[in-house]
Amino acid sequence: MRLLRLLLLAPLAAALSACDLVVLKPAGDVAQQQGDLLMVSTLLMLLIIVPVMSLTVFFAWKYRASNKEAEYQPDWDHSTHLEVVIWAAPLLIIICLGALTWAGTHLLDPYRPIDRIKPGQAVAENVEPLQVNVVALDWKWLFIYPQYGVATVNELAAPVDRPIRFHITSSSVMNSFYIPALAGQIYAMPGMETKLHAVINRPGDYEGFSANYSGDGFSHMRFVFHGVDQAGFDGWIAGVRRGGQALDRERYLELEKPSEKVPALYFANVEGGLWDAILNMCVEPGKMCMGEMMQIDRKGGLTMASVRNTMPLVYDKYAGRGKNAAVFGSDDSYVMTICTPLQAEAAAAERIRRAELDSVSAPVSLAPLMGQGLSLQGQPMAALSRSQQSTGAVSTDVRSAPNA
Amino acid sequence: MNADTLIPLIFGRLTLEALPHEPIVLATMVVVVLGGAALVGALTYFKLWGYLWKEWFTTVDHKKIGIMYMILGLIMFVRGFADAIMMRLQQAMAFGGSEGYLNAHHYDQIFTAHGVIMIFFVAMPLVTGIMNYVVPLQIGARDVSFPFLNNFSFWMTTAGAVIVMASLFVGEFARTGWLAYPPLSGIGYSPGVGVDYYIWALQIAGVGTTLSGINLIATIVKMRAPGMGMMKMPVFTWTSLCTNVLIVASFPVLTAVLALLTLDRYVGTNFFTNDFGGNPMMYVNLIWIWGHPEVYILILPLFGVFSEIASTFSGKKLFGYTSMVYATVVITILSYLVWLHHFFTMGSGASVNSFFGITTMIISIPTGAKIFNWLFTMYRGRIRFELPMMWLVAFMLTFVIGGMTGVLLAVPPADFVLHNSLFLIAHFHNVIIGGVLFGLFAAINFWWPKAFGFKLDKFWGMVSFCCWVPGFWLAFAPLYVLGLMGVTRRMRVFDDPSLQIWFVIAAIGAGVIALGIAAMFIQFAVSIINRDKLRDTTGDPWGGRTLEWATSSPPPAYNFASTPVVHDADAWWDMKKKKYQRPLSGYKAIHMPSNTGAGVIISGLCLVMGLALVWYIWWLAALSFLGVLAVSIAHTFNYKRDYYIPADEVRATEEARTRLLAGTEG
Amino acid sequence: MSATAIKIDDPNVFHLEEEPHHEEGSSTMLGFWLYLMSDCLIFAMLFAVFGVVGGNYAAGPGPKELFDLELVAVNTAMLLFSSITYGFAMLAMDKNKTRQTLIWLAVTGLFGLAFLGIELYEFAHLIHEGATPQRSAFLSAFFTLVGTHGLHVTFGIIWLVTLMVQVSWKGLIPANKRRLMCLSMFWHFLDVIWIGVFTFVYLLGMVR
Repeated sequence: MRLLRLLLLAPLAAALSACDLVVLKPAGDVAQQQGDLLMVSTLLMLLIIVPVMSLTVFFAWKYRASNKEAEYQPDWDHSTHLEVVIWAAPLLIIICLGALTWAGTHLLDPYRPIDRIKPGQAVAENVEPLQVNVVALDWKWLFIYPQYGVATVNELAAPVDRPIRFHITSSSVMNSFYIPALAGQIYAMPGMETKLHAVINRPGDYEGFSANYSGDGFSHMRFVFHGVDQAGFDGWIAGVRRGGQALDRERYLELEKPSEKVPALYFANVEGGLWDAILNMCVEPGKMCMGEMMQIDRKGGLTMASVRNTMPLVYDKYAGRGKNAAVFGSDDSYVMTICTPLQAEAAAAERIRRAELDSVSAPVSLAPLMGQGLSLQGQPMAALSRSQQSTGAVSTDVRSAPNA
Repeated sequence: MNADTLIPLIFGRLTLEALPHEPIVLATMVVVVLGGAALVGALTYFKLWGYLWKEWFTTVDHKKIGIMYMILGLIMFVRGFADAIMMRLQQAMAFGGSEGYLNAHHYDQIFTAHGVIMIFFVAMPLVTGIMNYVVPLQIGARDVSFPFLNNFSFWMTTAGAVIVMASLFVGEFARTGWLAYPPLSGIGYSPGVGVDYYIWALQIAGVGTTLSGINLIATIVKMRAPGMGMMKMPVFTWTSLCTNVLIVASFPVLTAVLALLTLDRYVGTNFFTNDFGGNPMMYVNLIWIWGHPEVYILILPLFGVFSEIASTFSGKKLFGYTSMVYATVVITILSYLVWLHHFFTMGSGASVNSFFGITTMIISIPTGAKIFNWLFTMYRGRIRFELPMMWLVAFMLTFVIGGMTGVLLAVPPADFVLHNSLFLIAHFHNVIIGGVLFGLFAAINFWWPKAFGFKLDKFWGMVSFCCWVPGFWLAFAPLYVLGLMGVTRRMRVFDDPSLQIWFVIAAIGAGVIALGIAAMFIQFAVSIINRDKLRDTTGDPWGGRTLEWATSSPPPAYNFASTPVVHDADAWWDMKKKKYQRPLSGYKAIHMPSNTGAGVIISGLCLVMGLALVWYIWWLAALSFLGVLAVSIAHTFNYKRDYYIPADEVRATEEARTRLLAGTEG
Repeated sequence: MSATAIKIDDPNVFHLEEEPHHEEGSSTMLGFWLYLMSDCLIFAMLFAVFGVVGGNYAAGPGPKELFDLELVAVNTAMLLFSSITYGFAMLAMDKNKTRQTLIWLAVTGLFGLAFLGIELYEFAHLIHEGATPQRSAFLSAFFTLVGTHGLHVTFGIIWLVTLMVQVSWKGLIPANKRRLMCLSMFWHFLDVIWIGVFTFVYLLGMVR
């Protein structure tokens, strides 16, 4: 059987040398350091694994029952010296590995801006990292380049040797943003932002994908990452700009719907504040932003009047997934935008005054919102502001009001 | 009331649509239905229902319950393995634009079901079955502390298994991965019945597991034979104790987190949703606070099994008993301090990640000490290479590699590149197959003669062994390589054609494993046919060391005619050394628990309730819940739960054994 | 007993001549205690969840808006009283006074029912006002934690009634005494949990 294993191993070794172990030989400095740490840890552990495996085979062979030559001590069950060794040897290895881990984890923390481009070459002081805002959609990737005002779907490019700073979120479920050749992965989660710092050192086309299962279209949630020189990058950006499409909220909401095998898309310009709205899950008109909600919550919430300040999700982003509400739940899917409590009171008073005057007119816009980056233009604020008034009849009105 | 409102009222969301349409499932269903009908017919024809009901279904005998757990585990193992083969085929085929033969809807269910079944309905029942069978015998007890509860636990586990199996034929199973992370598993993104099947199967089986954990702790703490102090317990009993402590201290966490997910799905609460202040990360944390101890729940008893086997077949006392016990206890405690290593990539920050990385590595120290202890048990021994010993050596060589890759994954920067990759898949199969499954095969070969009175056939056992071990490496070594090539898990189709060869090798490996499984079942069949040739009349076929070998094989209902007294961790070895003679007279009547059908009935009602809840059939759910309540209360009105085996019967049994022993000696 | 103890120390004695007298249900208290610990863990999880999302009001009302502390104080008193009366029941049981035990058990049950009634009123009021479990993660966690405790009390009452029937049927036999002790542990356990709920959810909610 041993022979069999050897026979199997020989072609395996040959095949191994031929295949592309991208994790061990990546093209980015961060991934390279991670891969190196992997190798060092493996070697460190082999120090103890190899002796254990050889001793197992040796003892099993030497003390086989048919070998009457071998010593037999049926009652030998303790040796303090040996006990010390068998606890101490793994302990020493783990101490080394632990130190390595502590240093490596802090050094390669994805949130930490990188300080070197490659071994021996620090990041120049005046270099501004390339920022890419990444959104995991169902089931494709949206990349927004705030420094260039463009966006792409399922295609990413970065100049070699320039630090990249990824800000990552997701629109619906958990995904993981991973380009093995560039750097380790990090989760993309809805309503939350994760960060990744990396740099690509060798030009080339690399594969990126989601490394966390996210539903039907998961297998095709892939994109190409071009590592190019500066001139190539400028050319690529220019190419994206020539694409001509604009990415505004409406287009984004369209894009957000589940779809598979989406070819690369280019957007020449991106509506201001879109990234913040995506991150705060308030691209849908009239929906309260996470940031605003958290700020209100930190202050202890609102009054009872706010309790019915919710709306069913009219816009159906779950279409591809057959969105259902819980059987005993309500249809309401989100909290509506709101103004500060003070403004709400003022607005309520204003409405009462107007009602007394019997003048039927839409209330004034309640700008500015605390919501991050939510622009007010073109929104039917009337429906939204009325809900501030009371929880009585008016609010039931609001609940049935069309939500733009 | 017209039919449009009446039908949903009666059938909930169950419609004819829920029955299978796809040819694969349809064929499977036909086979299962026909097979089931044949089985039922045969049982009826041979008038076996009464026997089964009286002797097995309602039994409170820990030995029979243990055997039933094993049967359940092995049946579910076939299902779980069928899923594995389907995945391997799909991944070996789906290259270069080919979609393979499974669509996403089907494939995603398969990998979820594979994980759920293998952990909850294969590994857990098999491990629980072994503990149930062996622990009371090893501590010289007549039964467990709560015999009725033991029966009930088994049937609850079975009910959970039935729910999972039902999802194959009626409706669908979850398409979320085996831990069902929200928001994906929330009602918004998984509106079908799949996740509900998942929830109720685990919830119902979980009740059984928790109760059996409580039961075994109480048994080990309270029912040990006189003289057996904690440090004289056999190592398997020690590891069982630790495992059950882990069960009791971790399964309620699963119960709670699944209950919250249930509320999110049924009532529309917002624990794990994206909006309204819910927090999906909380689910990930909570489920792994259960999930990591679960890993040790599976492996610890097998560490115990290997300890028993190492000393028995080396003909030598276990090396370092005390350090073995402390290692087990340390692992038990540490297993609660490592859960975050399952999601370093969620962005916890460097210090938190390194803390959990290092605690994880620390676990490898006691585990390493255990490996060394087995190694030095072999040292200067007289090793008989019977099947259990073969599995031990295979385990030691396989498990250390799995342990090593595990420690690698505990280094956060390394985990960033390997998380969720096929490297991870290879790692945990390496420890679960190489540790848990190899251990279970060793345990089955080791204790089979105790349970049935004859050894297992060695030839077919060797065939199984020789398929399993290389088959395992053939199936999973390619996954290590693929992981290093950056291939992630749960992929259905691939673009890069250079990967295909590795998947083909892995599929061949899975085929070799299939041969190993077939050989194991042939081994059982051949052994049963040749049972007279393989018969062991001594009750101690291996030169055993612990108390279970002191009684006959199979043991009588009462286990021991007179309560044994223990002076050594290797109690039976000690008895044999001092030329102990079993008493041939002075038998007393023995107090035993009586059988009851309450466990089957309550579990059956829970099964109905679970299915009703999955399909929103509210009236049935309410009715079966009331039924559970009523039967439980009625059961408490039964005060006659025990009986005495008369002294004459004990004498007859023991004298038969005396004759048998004399026969072998003469 | 001492005779067997001496024999056990003899290294050449390997079995007992007499069957050891295992008191029936000798493991019950340990087993039940283990169950309570597992149940305690469920509550620990619910407390932890409340700790994590208890401040997420989703721009809705917070505890100060929602809770009526006086009502909750009355409720707490009900449960505490029920614990005391259960204690009296146990004292009566020790003296083998069946009738007295039954009366105290009945009083305990009534206090338990009062507790449940007040809790249900509180829930109904909140839901009527629109503060449903669906409105925010805070309300989800609140309803689940308090509701789980309430469900436990409900089962406690069902069990209590069952035991009352059994005690009046069979009297204070050892099996029934054991069951009463288990319920006693359960009942006091629920009391302790409620103290946690009262402090952690209500009082702390009012100050934060």
